Amino acid sequence: MTEITGYARPDGKCGIRNHVLVLATVSCVTGVIQRIARDVPEAVCVPHAYGCGRGGQRDLEILFRVLPGMVRHPNVGAVVLIGLGCEVSSTKMLMSLIGDAGKPIEVLNVQDDGGSLATAKKGAEAARRLLAHVAAQPRGPMQWADVLAGMECGGSDAMSGVTANVAIGAVADWLVGQGGTVIFGENTETIGTAHMLARRAKTEQVMRQITDMVDRAERLTHEIMGDMASLVISPGNMDGGMSTIAEKALGSICKGGTTTINQVVDYAEAPTEKGLILQDGPGYDGDSMTGLAVSGAHIMFFSTGRGTPAGFPGVPVIKVASNSRVFHAMRDDMDVNAGVMVDGTPREAMRDEMVALMARVINGEPTQAERHGMDVFTFMTVHPPF
Amino acid sequence: MTPNIVILHPRDNVAVALGAIAAGETATAHDGETIATVADIPPSHKIARVDIAAGAEIIKYGEIVAVSTRDIRRGEWVHTHNLQSKVWKR
Repeated sequence: MTEITGYARPDGKCGIRNHVLVLATVSCVTGVIQRIARDVPEAVCVPHAYGCGRGGQRDLEILFRVLPGMVRHPNVGAVVLIGLGCEVSSTKMLMSLIGDAGKPIEVLNVQDDGGSLATAKKGAEAARRLLAHVAAQPRGPMQWADVLAGMECGGSDAMSGVTANVAIGAVADWLVGQGGTVIFGENTETIGTAHMLARRAKTEQVMRQITDMVDRAERLTHEIMGDMASLVISPGNMDGGMSTIAEKALGSICKGGTTTINQVVDYAEAPTEKGLILQDGPGYDGDSMTGLAVSGAHIMFFSTGRGTPAGFPGVPVIKVASNSRVFHAMRDDMDVNAGVMVDGTPREAMRDEMVALMARVINGEPTQAERHGMDVFTFMTVHPPF
Repeated sequence: MTPNIVILHPRDNVAVALGAIAAGETATAHDGETIATVADIPPSHKIARVDIAAGAEIIKYGEIVAVSTRDIRRGEWVHTHNLQSKVWKR
């Protein structure tokens, strides 16, 4: 068994990185965050398009789950929170929601701290101070049972469900077997599979939640797309050999492996169970990754056949190419080539290679997306902005 | 011979072509199972492992992905021309 290490947190969790997060509370301070990122490239700087201008209850619920969740994330050792002053998700509001995070958090507001340039300067100084603080914290032993892995696919091709997602599913089964946690979602990618997923539910309640989730995704797809709903299985999918929506969805859900589904969680909601967890969230890559990360994913596997560089701030994302062509064509973005499975590499060998890589990444080896700063940070909204 | 099909689950009655396979060629799986193809199979499309009767379930990933609309012979191409969805008719 491969030894893994991490950073013990006061709340009992363990992180696999010890980042200083510089987080915007609102889109208005984007430029301030970008200046700090240029000054202090070692910090994980996260500007975004949210924080104000949306009053819908569901949007507020998600906003107040995601931003505090980023601060509390176990891979984050310290935080600089940069606010404006008059936004909905103000630093005051966020700090009250975060509570005692067990890590240093420095707060600045552009309207109170002398404008954008002065705030950027103070923010950079704070980030450097906190980098020195986290650098002094040592790694300690970590158990596989403490690992939470998120499973994602995007930019898929016809081989995604034959190679990469199958290999990721084997890794999921392995991690669950070690007592760890695997979370996967993308509700639009489950349409047509309710009976298969429900059969694997731990309890009747979980069974009902799965059925409700898939029904809702089906209904919503019809409501929004009307007669075009069937295009969620696209002509390109069909050319690639997928004949039905259920077949396409199976190619996606196989990345969750084959074990019992212990819990269904809402978007960006942290599971209270271990083992395999299903998240009721969207399939769009950035939004989906945020949901998985805020639920507590330390690390993500992300299969792709057409090729996407997308990573996530503070969370290592392991890119699994579904075919050898994209692996070589986007070598700087890919970590694993599952395309070799078509040449005869058995899924068990592929799984072992990916588990070994997961251990190295947990222990600090950067993924391609980490190495090259390919962070994407977007999250789900359901109402238009005012 | 180099495998040119993959069987995703032992219960499956279809295999997946790893590249284009021409009618008359032999399809070979990693475990040595062979199927004589009777139709051209495009890359990543399905090939029948056994004779499938009209109205029978098409099994892939060990799960029902569709129902056949006519008799399908072992070695035939399995796609929208000889199956239909159990969920959304398309």
